[in-house]
Amino acid sequence: MFSILRSIGLTFSHLFRKKVTVRYPEERLALPARWRGRIILSRDPDGGERCVACYLCAVACPVGCIALQAAEDDHGRRFPAFFRINFSRCIFCGLCEDACPTCAIQLVPDYEMSEYDRQNMVYEKEHLLVDGQGKYPGYDFYKTAGVSIPGKKKEGDGDEEPPVDLRSLLP
Amino acid sequence: MPVEVSRATIFVEGKPFEASATTNLLDACLSLGFDIPYFCWHPALGSAGACRLCAVKKFANEKDARGRIVMSCMEPVVDGLRISIDDPQAREFRASVLEWLMASHPHDCPVCDEGGECHLQDMTVMTGHVYRQYRFKKRTHRSQDLGPFVNHEMNRCIQCYRCTRFYRDYAGGGDLAEFASRDRLFYGRHEDGVLESPFSGNLVEVCPTGVFTDKTFKRHFTRKWDLATAPSVCVHCSLGCNTIPGERYGTLRRIRNRYNSRVNGYFLCDRGRFGYEFVNDAKRIRKARLAGHGSTDGDDETREFLLRRAAEAVAGPHQAIGIGSPRASLEANFALRELVGAGRFYAGVADNEWRLTELALKILRGGPARPASLADVRLSDAVLVLGEDVTNTAPLLDLALRQAARRGPVEAVVKAGTPDWHALAVTDLVQDARGPVFVAATHRTALAAVAEEFLLTPDETARLGFAVARRIAGEASPGDLPPELESAAARIARALQAADRPLVVAGVCGGDPAVLRAAAAAARALSNGKRKAGLFLVFPESNSVGLALLGAGSLKDGIDRVMSGEAGTAIILENDLYRRLPAGAADRFFDKCRSAILLDHVHHATAERAGLVVPAATFAESEGTLVNAEGRAQRFFKVCPPPRGVRESWRWLCDFARAAGRREAAGLRNLDDLILAIAAEFPELAGIREAAPPAGFRIHGSKVPRESQRSSGRTSIHAEADVREGAPPLDLDSPLAFSMEGAPGIPPSPLIPRFWRPGWNSVQSVNKYQAGIGGPLRDGDPGRRLIEPPASTSPGFSVDGPRAETVGAGEGLLFVPVYQIFGSEELSVRAPAVASLIPKPVLLLHPDDAVMLGIGSGDRVELEVQGETLSLPAKITAEMCRGAAGVPVAPSGALGLDLPARGKIRTVRKP
Ligand code: SF4
Ligand code: SF4
Ligand code: SF4
Ligand code: SF4
Ligand code: FES
Repeated sequence: MFSILRSIGLTFSHLFRKKVTVRYPEERLALPARWRGRIILSRDPDGGERCVACYLCAVACPVGCIALQAAEDDHGRRFPAFFRINFSRCIFCGLCEDACPTCAIQLVPDYEMSEYDRQNMVYEKEHLLVDGQGKYPGYDFYKTAGVSIPGKKKEGDGDEEPPVDLRSLLP
Repeated sequence: MPVEVSRATIFVEGKPFEASATTNLLDACLSLGFDIPYFCWHPALGSAGACRLCAVKKFANEKDARGRIVMSCMEPVVDGLRISIDDPQAREFRASVLEWLMASHPHDCPVCDEGGECHLQDMTVMTGHVYRQYRFKKRTHRSQDLGPFVNHEMNRCIQCYRCTRFYRDYAGGGDLAEFASRDRLFYGRHEDGVLESPFSGNLVEVCPTGVFTDKTFKRHFTRKWDLATAPSVCVHCSLGCNTIPGERYGTLRRIRNRYNSRVNGYFLCDRGRFGYEFVNDAKRIRKARLAGHGSTDGDDETREFLLRRAAEAVAGPHQAIGIGSPRASLEANFALRELVGAGRFYAGVADNEWRLTELALKILRGGPARPASLADVRLSDAVLVLGEDVTNTAPLLDLALRQAARRGPVEAVVKAGTPDWHALAVTDLVQDARGPVFVAATHRTALAAVAEEFLLTPDETARLGFAVARRIAGEASPGDLPPELESAAARIARALQAADRPLVVAGVCGGDPAVLRAAAAAARALSNGKRKAGLFLVFPESNSVGLALLGAGSLKDGIDRVMSGEAGTAIILENDLYRRLPAGAADRFFDKCRSAILLDHVHHATAERAGLVVPAATFAESEGTLVNAEGRAQRFFKVCPPPRGVRESWRWLCDFARAAGRREAAGLRNLDDLILAIAAEFPELAGIREAAPPAGFRIHGSKVPRESQRSSGRTSIHAEADVREGAPPLDLDSPLAFSMEGAPGIPPSPLIPRFWRPGWNSVQSVNKYQAGIGGPLRDGDPGRRLIEPPASTSPGFSVDGPRAETVGAGEGLLFVPVYQIFGSEELSVRAPAVASLIPKPVLLLHPDDAVMLGIGSGDRVELEVQGETLSLPAKITAEMCRGAAGVPVAPSGALGLDLPARGKIRTVRKP
């Protein structure tokens, strides 16, 4: 008998507590930056596409909802010719982001992805690529890896010595 | 390798194991299933001791607890050897070796095409190196442009010397070398330029890092784990090298080697590796086309329509003939034969070539010389090549012959006490010594580098061959040779007789029956008593032998049947008649033919003339059986389903036969039905059943998956078209599945779709599939030999062949074919990378002949041969024999001509 009364009391006491639900959509929660929501492709500090089409996000994805094709521009810079995420399959686990060596693919705090037609959940590169750097400002894969692109020679920039002289006989 | 394998007991971590005593410790441990990291050792190239990664601890005896670190690849296996792989010091040593090899590495795996199948990645993980402590700047190199096949990114190199050891020491290439010293070591050409060796593509697999990668693959790059793969067989020559094609998003992405110790071993040629892009050719036949009606989409209606048209054509009042193909599978040729009837089935091959093919098959069947496999060739110790430019007609035979050329000297070194795996020591001791290899050809061949070469007309070649045969048989020479050839014949005969495993090589492409007979005579004469000579006959195309085993009428008889009006319909299987007949004759044939039905995948002149073109699947989209030059039946499987509307030739033909109401075809519904029907009708071909397990084969109830366990994008590849995921396509014809699900583990060897083992993502994982390193695959190498000749010489044997049939006797200049590795083969020339290397066609003339004919170098000349006129610039060179002019077998060359043949020549224009 007492325990029943206690339960009723407890339940009603919640009437006077602070509310945790908000009046969505008028009001919204402030989500942390690390929230795992909609996936974007970001750009590097110079505005170039960060994604180098390495396929690591695709292979990391446990539901296999990422498909892409690598291509190379005239300067030898890799980029995805197409990049597709089927969000109707995505489980927002964030493994793609963990796998990405260039910080290109990021899960962002946006969860408003309801559609009447499931086909609309299929995002192509033009839907995924944003203009900014996302959560990881300042990172540029090409600055740390020995790959040449316009403005950054592979040999003799940053971390590297100039190309060796093959004719040198010095010890 | 030495024949007797002595065994030794070695102790690994204190436990005893049996190992071969003729090998090194690394090889032995890998054979036993242990993982020791390594870079510079390669099963075919031996040990160099260059990378220092394969360190293990060796103990002096049971009591020794301290031990010392040794390089396992440089340590011979001896009885009682005690080692530890897991020893902490050995581990630490290996990890630091890796760390310093990585000190200047660019760390660009995400954009490196080797990533995901990189031996360097695997070894880094295996040794446990994770963090770069080196604080200084990275040493860098300038990479080179090495032509359309191989990409060069020198910064990824770990200085293992595998590339130059393969390219120079194994493949005999001259234009790749190591340069500079200490940490500046550079592996490349002396300047940018196309790699000259026809085996340059193997650098991609030999190099354990991403320095050399496949440039054609780069243009449509996909990681290894995403490629759908299946066991396949190269279709670009008669050797039938085993391959692993990879597909993604419906296009073929690349070809990789599939190890088969009897055939290609670890290597492929560049034609086989880079010729695959014909499958993706935009001009490929993908839709059915009815002359005057345009092309139709490949839906069911079209199929019905095609079946009706074909049935009408076959069953109609005008008899049909079938023209088979030496590049189509046994099954497709057999299905055509069933459709038109055995008496109306003709070989789709130029007449001379067909006569020679049948003759060559008769020689192989007759024995007693054994049809040699490429493995036998590699172990031969004396070779006579008669009239065949193997580098250009059967490229990997060139590579095998180069090993044969070293065989004798290497054996001498081994006898003197240096183990054969000790690669650098052996190379140093052998120097330039070469065993006896003799080549008689109409023009200078690449083998001249390792052989004594005679430039002779086909007729002279045949006479030389017979002279050699007579001398070996102990008979008097016929005396129809000039003295210098007479003495050469004596020398050749002596060398072949002195050898343990002599080999005679000839081929159909050379075009002369007398040369074939001479080769047969020499091989017979050599096969007396205990010694068995090998005989290797090169055939022109991937299934020339298969077609000949089925048997068919000659093309001329088939054409005559149409020209005489007796038959009105021709069903042409995967064939361009403009390559088989002079253009005029082909035109006349199509003018006369009421209805020509072509089944093919590549577009060509015959497709322009055919009334009905039926889209057929390529090797990558169909299964079937090919018989290679050795007489080995090998099954290839589809990598991906054919595109919409396209079907396998054999399936179309079986359906046509049923639609036409042919009772024989009622039971032919899938591949196994055809295989059983072929085996039942041709006892000689019964072995094709064992070439691979049937479609019903399962491993614990599962099929073998074509996709890797890590294959990505399953739920998004087709999402753009339809977000719902359909079931994967069914495969009713083979035990392979279009899926990543299926039996894990190692399937039977003919079904191995890719080489991969946990921790071994690179091609080095093949070690895990072999019964002992460099040996056969675990349950035997794939393929079944169909031709096993009787062991004894038939009585009444004489070394004399009929002399009268020497071709090209008569008036005019003799034109002989000059084959080209890039250009002569029909399919590979449609691959852009291969096409870019086709040399400009020129007519080769010996200086003496040129003077006689009044032709200067560079003059444009006109040839008249077999009713065709050909215009070519002349090249005057002493690399051509006297008395014959070489015509390139290539587009705007001798295609469609049946060479050798005599004809007229005249100068049109001085340069
Ligand atoms: S992991 Fe990153 S760089 Fe690689 S394909 Fe995915 S998004 Fe692009
Ligand atoms: S060679 Fe291997 S380790 Fe080096 S960048 Fe390429 S994939 Fe990575
Ligand atoms: S290029 Fe490749 S094969 Fe050659 S030494 Fe370097 S890592 Fe070894
Ligand atoms: S040698 Fe012949 S079968 Fe082998 S890869 Fe080259 S073309 Fe193909
Ligand atoms: S593999 Fe033994 S030193 Fe390189």
